[in-house]
Amino acid sequence: MSFIVQRLVKMVVVLLAIVVLNFFLIRAAPGDPALVMAGEAGASDEIFVAQLRERFGLDQPLPVQLALYVKGIATLDLGFSFRQQMPVADLIFSRLPATLLLTLSAFAISLALGVLFGSLAARRAGSWSDTLITVVALVFYATPLFWVALMAVLVFSVTMGWLPAFGYETVGAGLTGVARLSDIAQHLVLPATTLGLFFMATYARMTRASMLQVSRLDFVKTARAKGLGEGVIQRRHVLRNALLPVVTLAGLQAGTLVGGAVLTETVFAWPGIGRLMYEALLQRDYNLLLGIFVVSSAMVLIFNLVTDLIYRLVDPRIEIKA
Amino acid sequence: MKTFWRNLLRNRGAALGLVVLAVVLVVAIAGPMLFPNSPWRMVQRPFLPPMTVPGFLLGTDALGRDVTAGLIHGARVSLIVGLVSTLAALAIGVPIGAMAGYFGGRADDALMRFTEFFQTIPSFALAIVLVAILQPSIYSIVGAIAIVSWPPVARLVRGEVLSLRAQEYVQAAIVTGHGHGWIIWREILPNTLSPVIVLASLMVATAILLESSLSFLGLGDPNLMSWGYMVGAGRTVMRQAWWITVFPGFAILLTVLALNLIGEGLNDALNPRLARER
Repeated sequence: MSFIVQRLVKMVVVLLAIVVLNFFLIRAAPGDPALVMAGEAGASDEIFVAQLRERFGLDQPLPVQLALYVKGIATLDLGFSFRQQMPVADLIFSRLPATLLLTLSAFAISLALGVLFGSLAARRAGSWSDTLITVVALVFYATPLFWVALMAVLVFSVTMGWLPAFGYETVGAGLTGVARLSDIAQHLVLPATTLGLFFMATYARMTRASMLQVSRLDFVKTARAKGLGEGVIQRRHVLRNALLPVVTLAGLQAGTLVGGAVLTETVFAWPGIGRLMYEALLQRDYNLLLGIFVVSSAMVLIFNLVTDLIYRLVDPRIEIKA
Repeated sequence: MKTFWRNLLRNRGAALGLVVLAVVLVVAIAGPMLFPNSPWRMVQRPFLPPMTVPGFLLGTDALGRDVTAGLIHGARVSLIVGLVSTLAALAIGVPIGAMAGYFGGRADDALMRFTEFFQTIPSFALAIVLVAILQPSIYSIVGAIAIVSWPPVARLVRGEVLSLRAQEYVQAAIVTGHGHGWIIWREILPNTLSPVIVLASLMVATAILLESSLSFLGLGDPNLMSWGYMVGAGRTVMRQAWWITVFPGFAILLTVLALNLIGEGLNDALNPRLARER
């Protein structure tokens, strides 16, 4: 229990540091923020600029501004996007479910297939299937994500016509219930798989290396000497211990997953916060851009916390205290 | 040195990687002499498919720019950004890691918290924000990539220094009254070189991927032709002209793959004890 509290405190401290960093990044953005806001709103007479300065506390000393900013974020006020004429928080939260659906599916696909292929390669180390898996993983590990996404569209949508190339669901189809879910699932296949490929390669390589390392340890010899079946040894003894570094890696990869979502959502026009980030970028909407940065950092922190807890659950050496 | 090269070249992957990298290097250095014209210039009709008109091996893009010329000029940008940003990341990460490992205690705690903080922030998102705020240019791109990629260097160097510090020869150097800076620079850091070289070669690969992703999103240096930009520009016309997106992406894939293979080969050759399991 104290472990969770400790981790939560640490998480809040890191989040606070990110918010402070964000504050200074906003100040570093080109132009006087009030003038930029006025420009984005399409008016820039003196009185309006002065009003904006007062309203957003820009006439206050820097520490007061920082305090105001932190207070705003604590109440989920991430500022206003003048380009989209909407509060930043509303924009982000309306797009969040799509991103969560995409990243979590990609994560599940990559972890399941990565561990499967990695353990397959490790059990048949040196065989042709091991070589094939290793080479394919190496290639995916080196391929730019945005390009894989485009190639997937080219092959599976444009040429084969199997799957929809972009979007979240068929616009204007008016589907409901199961039909709608299956429509969304069809749209999800390509983005989730491409986003998952890079991570699948990483997990496969990690699982393979780690399983080979564990399988030479003494306790595996003991298990073998006891006369346990090879399948049981591999699953219960080798794989379970070999998964620990994979879980650690999965936690560390959370940030990369968010970055990958920006590229994948851009290519597939997936209406999540990654796509929103691209739109903010095109319009140089700094308030929105930095709002997304804070929210995605918070997502990564939460994900890290979850993987830490999972690590404690799967590590046979750490007892979970009641 | 001789055994090092023999070990490295015996690794088939690393040998292949070296060949590919050598080709990319030659193209980056000599290519612009063969294609002295700016890759931005419109030289033929738009959407010219590959191998239809002599002299335009890979066709032209939506504005009639030569795809081959773009690829060749882009090689230079990719390699320079990869190399310089890795050097910059080393310049940040090595001192931080060395100080944390050497001085230990509170300094170590503080420096490692700082490193962890940077490791938690989603790196690609931070790079996007930095380049967008500083305005896209080759300097802001290199800087942003360095800022998001130094933490692993610091952690690696810290670990190495931590174990070297306890060695007798370092203790002897302390006893003979050498300054901390001298000991770190002359006695400890040279011994951390091989793992750092391995990590650096892999970082160049990651930096090239990062640069191409930034350029793809429109955050490339607007004056420099780069592979990521070419893919991004060809994206909207991919249905009519596949070659504009396919070739530059393939160039990125080959270069990054070559660097990864070299990195693994270096790892096997320099740290034989930690060599990859066969």
